[in-house]
Amino acid sequence: MNTEKNSAISIEQLRRNQPRFEGIKSGHRACLGCGQALAARLVTEAAGPDVVVANATGCLEIFTTPWPESAWHIPWMHSVFENAGAIASGMEAALKAQGKSTKVLAFGGDGGTFDIGFQAISGMLERGHNVLYVCFDNEAYMNTGIQRSSSTPHAAMTTTSPPGSERMGKRHLKKDILTIVAAHHIPYAATTSIAYPSDIRKKVRRAMDIEGPTFIHIHCPCPLGWGHDGANSIKVARLAVQTGLFPVIELERTELIGSMPIRHPKPVVEYLKMQQRFRHLFTTKDARAREELEHIQALADHNIKHFNLQGDTMDALDSDGADTVRRGGMRWA
Amino acid sequence: MLKALEGSQAIAQAVASCRPQVVAAYPITPQTHIVENIAKLVANGKMHCEMVSVESEFSAASVVLGAACAGSRTYTASASQGILLMAEVLYNIAGMRIPMVMTCANRAVSAPISIWNDQQDSMAVRDAGWIQLYCADNQDAVDTTIQAYRIAERTELPVMVCVDGFTLTHTLEPIDIPEQAMVDQFLPAFNFKRALNPAQPTSMGTLVSPDFFPEARYSHHQALLHAADEIVAADADWAKISGRASGGLLSIDGPDDAKIGILTLGSVYGTLVEAREEYPDLPATKIINLRAFRPFPVAALCEACQGLTDLIVLERALSPGYGGIVAPEVQASLTSVHAATRVHSFAVGLGGRDIPLEIYRKLHRRIQLEEPAPFTIIDVELERLPVEDYGVE
Repeated sequence: MNTEKNSAISIEQLRRNQPRFEGIKSGHRACLGCGQALAARLVTEAAGPDVVVANATGCLEIFTTPWPESAWHIPWMHSVFENAGAIASGMEAALKAQGKSTKVLAFGGDGGTFDIGFQAISGMLERGHNVLYVCFDNEAYMNTGIQRSSSTPHAAMTTTSPPGSERMGKRHLKKDILTIVAAHHIPYAATTSIAYPSDIRKKVRRAMDIEGPTFIHIHCPCPLGWGHDGANSIKVARLAVQTGLFPVIELERTELIGSMPIRHPKPVVEYLKMQQRFRHLFTTKDARAREELEHIQALADHNIKHFNLQGDTMDALDSDGADTVRRGGMRWA
Repeated sequence: MLKALEGSQAIAQAVASCRPQVVAAYPITPQTHIVENIAKLVANGKMHCEMVSVESEFSAASVVLGAACAGSRTYTASASQGILLMAEVLYNIAGMRIPMVMTCANRAVSAPISIWNDQQDSMAVRDAGWIQLYCADNQDAVDTTIQAYRIAERTELPVMVCVDGFTLTHTLEPIDIPEQAMVDQFLPAFNFKRALNPAQPTSMGTLVSPDFFPEARYSHHQALLHAADEIVAADADWAKISGRASGGLLSIDGPDDAKIGILTLGSVYGTLVEAREEYPDLPATKIINLRAFRPFPVAALCEACQGLTDLIVLERALSPGYGGIVAPEVQASLTSVHAATRVHSFAVGLGGRDIPLEIYRKLHRRIQLEEPAPFTIIDVELERLPVEDYGVE
């Protein structure tokens, strides 16, 4: 590429000119502001066309494939809810037997990953299949109408964890899936968020290069289930990271090898207030609501401390800068 | 060449000769010996495949499904609880019309837990949409396994080869394992046209609305009905190569003019044939081995039952609250052609209870009644039950 010539035109134009592979096309049935649809697009763009996908049951499967239409431009398969890990294992074994290098991707939501499909994923990781498993985490069973999963954060309201005179939303903590996955001693496990597209791309490309099981956990706001304006999905996702509630980190084997530092940690209230699922924490004078808010703040503070998210120095690629710095600019330098 | 082989070992060698590329299985008695033998063949370089030792039967079925969709010939085996754990995926495989072969080493289903043989497991997934073939002996299991791959791949339907646990899987018999060249001649390399391929991306397992669902079910049903022809053809073509036929949809042993028939599935067939010789004083009897249970061979069955006054269906499983599972289908099939044939339904050998030769005399005695005998578990011993559980003092 002639950089001198390109530098004469705008970055916008450059981006438009770049032939970018899209694994999932527009026209699908996702809700406005769906975090998962955006994440799936970013993942498949970065993974490229030489892939085969095993997709667990869930929103992503439903909204992309209303027969006879399909939004997928990569070979894609859905079997049942709890077996994406095993389907992917089988695909990988078959491609290996056929001497092909096509990479296998497995997609699941938090229900299909944290809960019902957990065993198949554990088996896939333990057997060392060359599969990139991507968990699109929207923190509840959204496809069936917002029921709590083991990924639903503490105190969140869902249809099966409603607040009431005896309850303040979900009573239990969000399962620490990344650590559990990493405990299989896999070469790479990372979290990321739709608020940081370049971070998603970077991590997908990294995982694609690894021969062996890898896991990427993407935080994907769901406007319907979380109760926020679809236009605010990115903002909500970014606040989850900036408050420390969703740490963006990378693990090799079980070792922490990278984290996105938070330049200015925000109080969790800023994040919670944007979402109807935490409304009960703000609309009552109940002491329990205040306690839960303190509890959630303590969880965020713990994450910041545990993963050293505030960092020691200024970092251009921290939660404020990561997106702006990496988006385009440096790639053309 | 005949070799003394355990059923499981013979099945493993038959599978190997079909050259599957991916084998996935989870241990469960009495299926275990089959996969152990496959593992041995792989370890000794006599079989070249990816052997995936999964963490559950659910994943075993899922791994072979994923592998088949990626274009590989596959194999799995299970039994009993394992078949039930697979059930959701078995329906899924059939609904997607994925060609594959699995062995069901037939075993009772818990509770009460029993590791021994009956056919409750495969009967429980009767409606999953798989072809189901039942084997009378271990040679039949070998030949049927090989035929099953051709049937599956030509019909794009999965085939479950049902082999009685222990009775066959753990029994040594003289068995002829066909030469590799014979199998290669019979079974062309797997070429699954709908396999996932990055060069021509397709989507499989999509969401189907009421606008298309009945049509999908209809074509699946039709495919199973049409598979009957492929089952017959595979048996005939394999017989040309191997010199052995397995009976196609069903086999009949006995005089054409017999008035009494006994129909069964699986290894009890051999017991009945032997028992008939033991009791030559009893009326002439046709013994029918129903090899294909799905698709259900209505026409062949009607032909086989020509001239029968009494047909005993010997069940190896039951539907509690109704009775036999096979007899109602047999009865319904015969109604239009042989309405006068009395169909009797008896379950025998549940949970591995031994089926002695005397059963043959007992069956004959039970059909002497004027009305068809109601369904019973013919070898139940009521004195073993407390009175409050319908036992006798």
